[in-house]
Amino acid sequence: MPEPMIVAKHVSKWYGKFQVLNDCSTEIHKGEVVVVCGPSGSGKSTLIKCVNGLEPFQQGEISVDGISVGAPTTKLSKLRSRVGMVFQHFELFPHMTIIDNLCLAQTKVRGRTREEAEERGQKLLKRVGLTEQAHKYPGQLSGGQQQRVAIARALAMDPICMLFDEPTSALDPEMINEVLDVMVELAKEGMTMMVVTHEMGFAKKVAHRVVFMDEGRIVEDAGKEEFFGTPRSERAREFLSKILHD
Amino acid sequence: MTLDFDVIQRSLPYLWKGFQYTVQLTGTAALGGLFFGTLLALARLSAVKFLAYVAAGYVNLMRSIPLILVIFWFFFLVPLVVQGISGAERPPQMGAERTAIITFIMFEAAYFCEIMRAGIQSIPKGQVYAAYALGLTYAQSMRLVILPQAFRNMIPVLLTQLIILFQDTSLVYVISATDFVGAAAKVAQRDGRLVEMYLFVALVYSVICFTVSQMVKRLQSRIAIVH
Repeated sequence: MPEPMIVAKHVSKWYGKFQVLNDCSTEIHKGEVVVVCGPSGSGKSTLIKCVNGLEPFQQGEISVDGISVGAPTTKLSKLRSRVGMVFQHFELFPHMTIIDNLCLAQTKVRGRTREEAEERGQKLLKRVGLTEQAHKYPGQLSGGQQQRVAIARALAMDPICMLFDEPTSALDPEMINEVLDVMVELAKEGMTMMVVTHEMGFAKKVAHRVVFMDEGRIVEDAGKEEFFGTPRSERAREFLSKILHD
Repeated sequence: MTLDFDVIQRSLPYLWKGFQYTVQLTGTAALGGLFFGTLLALARLSAVKFLAYVAAGYVNLMRSIPLILVIFWFFFLVPLVVQGISGAERPPQMGAERTAIITFIMFEAAYFCEIMRAGIQSIPKGQVYAAYALGLTYAQSMRLVILPQAFRNMIPVLLTQLIILFQDTSLVYVISATDFVGAAAKVAQRDGRLVEMYLFVALVYSVICFTVSQMVKRLQSRIAIVH
């Protein structure tokens, strides 16, 4: 078995005295789609931010593609440039046009020429169905459109895996599907994905595994069928009964 | 008492030179102050505690002494300090213009620092995360993502500070640098036309400052970033 793409081993993190992550361990293999869910405040967003070193952690170990995130010798910016990330609030750069948002890191980090970057950017905009919007500013787009741009921006860096931190939580209901569609397509193409979300429909459709977190712990880490069929923990059963209507 | 406004006409080339110096000093101090102020702001917000403390100490010191004192200090005391250190026979002269530039940049840096700090803090943390997540370094994130937005948010306040600076530069008069006020004062003394000259100077200052502040008002509504 090859080395997993993302490995977390006994990760713990404190904000002052408050422990946000408590001994979290999991693995994500290449091509795997793992959904992380759990009640708010359970530490799932913090965990995903630890994966690319946006949040430091005090104990344990995380590695991505064999590179340790916590090691002081690791050049985090270099590692991050290969790990795509999509945020709850899109975080497009509001002072730049859509195409400039897509080109920025390609030229400044990847060292591509502006022409190469634009070509790649346009291709990805086409893929998320937003060719028309290339020269607009983020503020002129709807939330769903902005999030699709954000996904395209991450993909422009040719990431080895993608992290999604509640990508649909800030969206109006009618815009959720346009974003999920892009993500489903991505999953079907074999992208390695770690997705923090409450969209259980998405999980059922494309996830291989579901990680359930509560109070900073990974309570359940199971295959999709098992998780939705017979979750072992009481907390997971309770959570599912609250958010599933079927 | 009869007023003779002809004195303005007669001394116009001299006044113009003084005015040019005022504008030049304002511009240099603003650019220098903004540059060092931004660096100070980054230091104040730095995770390196030592840097943050030093920057905060500097800013608080500068903001708690009157500008005129800073000018005096530089003009009269720094030469003595330099003499003490270098062991020169006479205190080296700083020169009025050099003193003016250095003190104004130092002083303005403290104020611009606070403006830029507020500007940087007005940008949501998520923007920094997004920049980092794309692989940008700290310097790149600041230069390409955070500072451009911070500047834009702060333009009205920066321009207001510029107006204050423009007026404050008249303080160089105390070290006999010939700025606009200095030039007018010299003419006024020479020709005994204090009323006319000071009226004229006040008029020029108020027209310029009022115009700029009206522009700031109009700008304010136009540049707000749509989020």
